[in-house]
Amino acid sequence: MADKPRSFQEIILRLQTYWAAKGCAILQPYDMEVGAGTFHPATTLRALGSKPWAAAYVQPSRRPTDGRYGENPNRLQHYYQYQVLIKPSPPDMQDLYLGSLKAIGVDASMHDIRFVEDDWESPTLGAWGLGWEVWCDGMEVSQFTYFQQVGGHDCKPVSGELTYGLERLAIYILGVDHVMDMPFNDPDAPIALTYGDVFRQTEQEYSRWNFDIADTDVLLQHFVDAEAECKRILDAPADDPKTGRKIIMAHPAYDQCIKASHVFNLLDARGVISVTERQAYIGRVRTLAKACADAFVQTEAGGAAA
Amino acid sequence: MPDLLIELFSEEIPARMQTRAADDLRKLVTDGLVEAGLTYAGAAAFSTPRRLTLSVEGLTGESKAVREERKGPKVGAPDQAIDGFLRGAGVAREDLEVRDDKKGQVYFAVIEKPGRMAADIIAEVLEKAIRNFPWPKSMRWGEGTLKWVRPLHSILCILSDEAGAVVVPLEVDGMTSGNTTRGHRFLAPDAFSVVSTDDYEAKLKRANVVLRADERAEAIWNEATTQAFALGLEVVEDKGLLAEVAGLVEWPVVLLGQIDEAFLGLPPEVLQTSMKEHQKFFSVRNPKTNRIERFVTVANMETADNGATILAGNQKVLFARLADAKFFWENDLRVAKAGMQPWLDSLANVTFHNKLGSQKDRIERIAALAREIAPSVGADPDLAEQAAKVAKADLSSEMVYEFPELQGLMGRYYAAEASLDAQVAAACEEHYSPLGPSDAVPTAPVSVAVALADKIDTLTGFWAIDEKPTGSKDPFALRRAALGVTRLVLENDLRIVLFDRSFMAFAKHVGRIAGDDDFAELGEAFEVLARKLPEDLVEQFARDADKVVRSARGLDQPPTEEREDIKFGLSSAKDLLSFFHDRLKVFLKDKGIRQDIIDACIAMPGNDDLTLLVKRAEALAATLATDDGENLIQGFKRANNILTQAEEKDGVEYSYGADIKYAEDDAEKALFAALDAADAKIAPAMAAEDFSTAMTAMAALRKPIDAFFTDVQVNADSALLRRNRLNLLSRIRNICLSVADLTKIEG
Repeated sequence: MADKPRSFQEIILRLQTYWAAKGCAILQPYDMEVGAGTFHPATTLRALGSKPWAAAYVQPSRRPTDGRYGENPNRLQHYYQYQVLIKPSPPDMQDLYLGSLKAIGVDASMHDIRFVEDDWESPTLGAWGLGWEVWCDGMEVSQFTYFQQVGGHDCKPVSGELTYGLERLAIYILGVDHVMDMPFNDPDAPIALTYGDVFRQTEQEYSRWNFDIADTDVLLQHFVDAEAECKRILDAPADDPKTGRKIIMAHPAYDQCIKASHVFNLLDARGVISVTERQAYIGRVRTLAKACADAFVQTEAGGAAA
Repeated sequence: MPDLLIELFSEEIPARMQTRAADDLRKLVTDGLVEAGLTYAGAAAFSTPRRLTLSVEGLTGESKAVREERKGPKVGAPDQAIDGFLRGAGVAREDLEVRDDKKGQVYFAVIEKPGRMAADIIAEVLEKAIRNFPWPKSMRWGEGTLKWVRPLHSILCILSDEAGAVVVPLEVDGMTSGNTTRGHRFLAPDAFSVVSTDDYEAKLKRANVVLRADERAEAIWNEATTQAFALGLEVVEDKGLLAEVAGLVEWPVVLLGQIDEAFLGLPPEVLQTSMKEHQKFFSVRNPKTNRIERFVTVANMETADNGATILAGNQKVLFARLADAKFFWENDLRVAKAGMQPWLDSLANVTFHNKLGSQKDRIERIAALAREIAPSVGADPDLAEQAAKVAKADLSSEMVYEFPELQGLMGRYYAAEASLDAQVAAACEEHYSPLGPSDAVPTAPVSVAVALADKIDTLTGFWAIDEKPTGSKDPFALRRAALGVTRLVLENDLRIVLFDRSFMAFAKHVGRIAGDDDFAELGEAFEVLARKLPEDLVEQFARDADKVVRSARGLDQPPTEEREDIKFGLSSAKDLLSFFHDRLKVFLKDKGIRQDIIDACIAMPGNDDLTLLVKRAEALAATLATDDGENLIQGFKRANNILTQAEEKDGVEYSYGADIKYAEDDAEKALFAALDAADAKIAPAMAAEDFSTAMTAMAALRKPIDAFFTDVQVNADSALLRRNRLNLLSRIRNICLSVADLTKIEG
């Protein structure tokens, strides 16, 4: 596999193959709008508790403020992250990561690969960890984090998390100058598509909607609704009268937390949130995330006795 | 004498922590060794992104045996006393010796501490150092409990001498020490063993690792400047960046790259900031055009194509970064050219502090205050007000959102684009200054007016909501703001009466917080009154304020009760003034003026005029430095003590004019004459604020005062003479105290 991939999707496929070979469960994207792969419950929730875990997946991610109408060579409001979470973090996590770069055609002997300090913190998830941005020739191609805390809980054992910014990485590997020029599928296929063929128009549409059209009153209401629903779900008694089982609904509650977080991002892009309010909104999402984490650790997957 | 070599090999250590960590390792280990009884000739610590290394030379091979004798209780003393002694000495009863002493037989404990081998001590000390290492932030990994800055992979620990090297055995969290390390992650990843520090450093270099950070920094700088020079260019010096970059690489490879033509029109600061913050690039300037035209990046890798791929990649990343910066710049220019109104409007939605309103509210307060201050700093009031109104507009710009460190500077560019007066544009940038004790102080009058108004508003605002700094906590950087005001006033030689300014601003804050518009008006009325008020009358003023203001406003009914809000405003203004004085003390202490001298001057009226206060303090310091001045203090103190004692004893104040006709002694008559002469000089000099003339005249009193005390007995038998002499002493006291409160001077 020393040869170079020729398309965006080939890079994804090679990462899937590599991490599958290293023993990760290859999951599918979470079916909700999120700002980053970390929000997938396979990372946020599974980093909690004592049960070992190893998963890898692609996660479509949205950052409304990063919209550039498809014009910037590598900034997008919708993009893909590749996410790996292994708990406990293996001693050779760095080498595993470098192996994945090799698998997608980054020959370490020709490039400058560096681990540059990046203390990761997600105020909305009440989470932090230490690690690096990984640079390849000055380009940030991944984030590498040893989770220390999620949702206010200490991570024991510690998970190692990798996040690849797929578009940036692919632009680099494929040697194109602009994300929209990048081959999405095989460039020799009968119907060869570029990234721009797939996403240029949507970038324009969403940029306009995110920045100028989204109805802020409706969004504010969505935020309040999601917040209320999250609390309501968690307030429900653990014992389900219908099945007679104990069913703590950590995941449905967490969906509402994700929703609130994304609505907040949209409001932020619309410029209607002031600096102080910003802190308050982040605090409200964090409260939800913590409550979800509290609930998850009481479940079987969260390491509680069955 | 063996040498010790320690290397802690880990995943990448943040660049900013490396130097400090190497130092900490040296200190923790060497202190531990010395404490355990070893000595050493020298120690040096090194760091790279992946290792902390300590080399200790000329270590003693073992600690000396220590024999200590302790004298205990008498033979036959109670068991309790003996048991206590045994516990303290750590020996058993049968080990005690009995010896003859002057007063009989006494127990002695002989404590023998055997010497320990250096290796045992090292193992113990190093393990403790690793477990207690003071990283600013540390982490756990995997299933372990050990904390380190990033996962720790191996520990090298060897003792070496002419005979060879031995591993100092030690285990930390399942990791055992050895004599091997690894080279560069990609260029020489295999493990190798070392036998000494020199061997270690040499083998590392062969394995593409430069151990010493200063050597890496020097290599980077030399290579960068050489490459730039070859093209007729110069590297913009940045020591912080150089140190950081030297901490990001083990094997520095300097590459000089190009900036796309499309971006050369961006402000140079934008290029520089974007390249430095995001990419850790050095900027390379063309000295002929002063433009930033190229960059230097430092790779950690040697490649077969001599870095061509790496450089091409870096250039591509930079292109995207700068495309973004250009996007912001062009969007911002459109708003700026149209007069910046959308930015100003949007500041209404930005909360400054929930109790102090929005940025827009704050800007309006600053603009009003800047206008008032303008005349006393020589600025045009209209320009000062206008500058204050636009000075924070750039906070809403896209560029400042992306690069907060460009706030102010972008404001200047945008104000210029909006065709505002050059003084206004300059104030946009300069009003944040001075940011620290060494930052330059603005001197342009409009900038000074806005800078003062900004800081005074911040200070009074946080004082009004009782968010003052406590201990080490100063989240709103109020000490910095107060020092800023102090330096702005002093270094521009301004005559600003801070008390009025602060009180005015307080009144407005408090009025706004209380929703009482009247109070803001009261504040303005007070401004006039407060200016004439000596500080010791402040309390009195608080009591009378309501009455005075009512009559000033034509309300003749008598006050019903004291206004709590007025009292609060006054006491807060007073408290804030003493905060200014604290900053001033620190500032003057750094300039070599003693604390007691500053206190003596702060105790005088007009102490909210910092320029006057400092002039007084400097004159006093100069006077006290002379022989006459120093001795005068003694004379003054003697006069003051005698007088105070007499006044206490007699229950009267001796302030009634002494009369020369009762003067008997020549020294006494001479003192009368000298005091008359001093009076004649001091009073006009003080009125003209010519402290140095006043103090020289005061110091001239030293000889006559000394002579007086030598020749004349104050407490004379004659009540008349005694009273006259005490009144004479009172003249000394009055004259001296009119210059500064000399009772506060020590010595």
